[in-house]
Amino acid sequence: MAMTLHVDIVSAEEEIFSGTATMVFAPAVMGEVGITPRHTPLLTRLKPGEVRVRTREGEEIFFYVSGGMLEVQPHVVTVLSDTAIRAKDLDEAAATAAKEKAEKAMADQKSDFEYAQAQIELAQALAQLSTLRKIRDHTGR
Amino acid sequence: MANAKEIRTKIGSIQNTQKITKAMEMVAASKMRKAKARMQAARPYADKMHVVVSHLAQAHPEYHHAYLAEREVSRVGFIIISTDRGLCGGLNTNLFKTVVKAMGEWRDKGAEIDLCLVGSKAQSFFKRLGGNVVAHASHLGDAPALNDLIGTIKVMLDAYNEGEIDRLFLVHNEFINTMTQQAGVSQLLPVESADLEELKHYWDYIYEPDAKEVLDALMVRYIESLVYRGVVENLACEQSARMVAMKAASDNAGTLIDDLQLIYNKARQAAITQELSEIVSGAAAV
Repeated sequence: MAMTLHVDIVSAEEEIFSGTATMVFAPAVMGEVGITPRHTPLLTRLKPGEVRVRTREGEEIFFYVSGGMLEVQPHVVTVLSDTAIRAKDLDEAAATAAKEKAEKAMADQKSDFEYAQAQIELAQALAQLSTLRKIRDHTGR
Repeated sequence: MANAKEIRTKIGSIQNTQKITKAMEMVAASKMRKAKARMQAARPYADKMHVVVSHLAQAHPEYHHAYLAEREVSRVGFIIISTDRGLCGGLNTNLFKTVVKAMGEWRDKGAEIDLCLVGSKAQSFFKRLGGNVVAHASHLGDAPALNDLIGTIKVMLDAYNEGEIDRLFLVHNEFINTMTQQAGVSQLLPVESADLEELKHYWDYIYEPDAKEVLDALMVRYIESLVYRGVVENLACEQSARMVAMKAASDNAGTLIDDLQLIYNKARQAAITQELSEIVSGAAAV
């Protein structure tokens, strides 16, 4: 019997995949890595991209991850997937939005508040768009 | 008969209320099941994070992450998770009581307090009470997304990184079982070493690109996963508390209806008796 790995792909919100595999490919920040059983312990960050799991039957299952962490133990591979696209500026925008929301909520002016909310949402959408574009340029997709 | 009619209308209106509370109870019950499932679903990620962070904290004594180091406290931060809606019994009230007590203890020690609020009930509470609110998130819905929390958490993490706050606490309701929820305050930052699991024997990962960067990224996610778990757990608490509160309300409406029914019957009987005696005395007079 071929040696196998146990693979868990989890995000903060749910378990995405759990099962056995003969090999796992993941988009690490320094290039794609292929993990076979008895790999030495490894911890790396992931870029947005595809995680491929090759099962015992030889078929490949694809998962899209928007970044995260990869933890490798000799017989266990865990992908801690991010649920969202993370980038410094994107996080920054979210933080500013949360701050502004607090200020507005405490002042409580309904119409202004909704206007600001819309503005924030617009800013967020724009920021997300730019990241997506960056990612697309980067991966050539 | 005016009296009897009044009572009948009252019974009708209570019956309507009872219908509403019963429906709310059933809705809360089904939402609670979903919220519990979501709580379970969030667990593997948080557990795995915990294991890796524990390992990293101990395998790298030379690199001390800011989130692991204790420092002198002059200002503390609280992340307070409340519900968006009411009608859930004493859930929020108990939570706020716990928070105010914890805040009082820190004030006595001379520390100032920054607040980060999740849920609109906390917002309206602290608007009345006063307090330095630096971040706010609400209306996360029945399926809260981590995405909506990132910004809120980052405000507090940034404040910690820049030394504005020296300690960060998470306040939320813990789900013990359907009948019991317990308001609890837990320390997020610095990560308490007692929380970390003991390293059995020394081994280490290969890090890409390097240990520091991996640890930095991991720590933020670790804190986020803890807060997210708090939010999801609080949601399960909200639904189960609402279910229990609505069940009590329906039961109370039931007893009220029974009592009123009794009074109504008596009033009706009295009216009939009176009418009869009037007829009889009328007939006797003729």
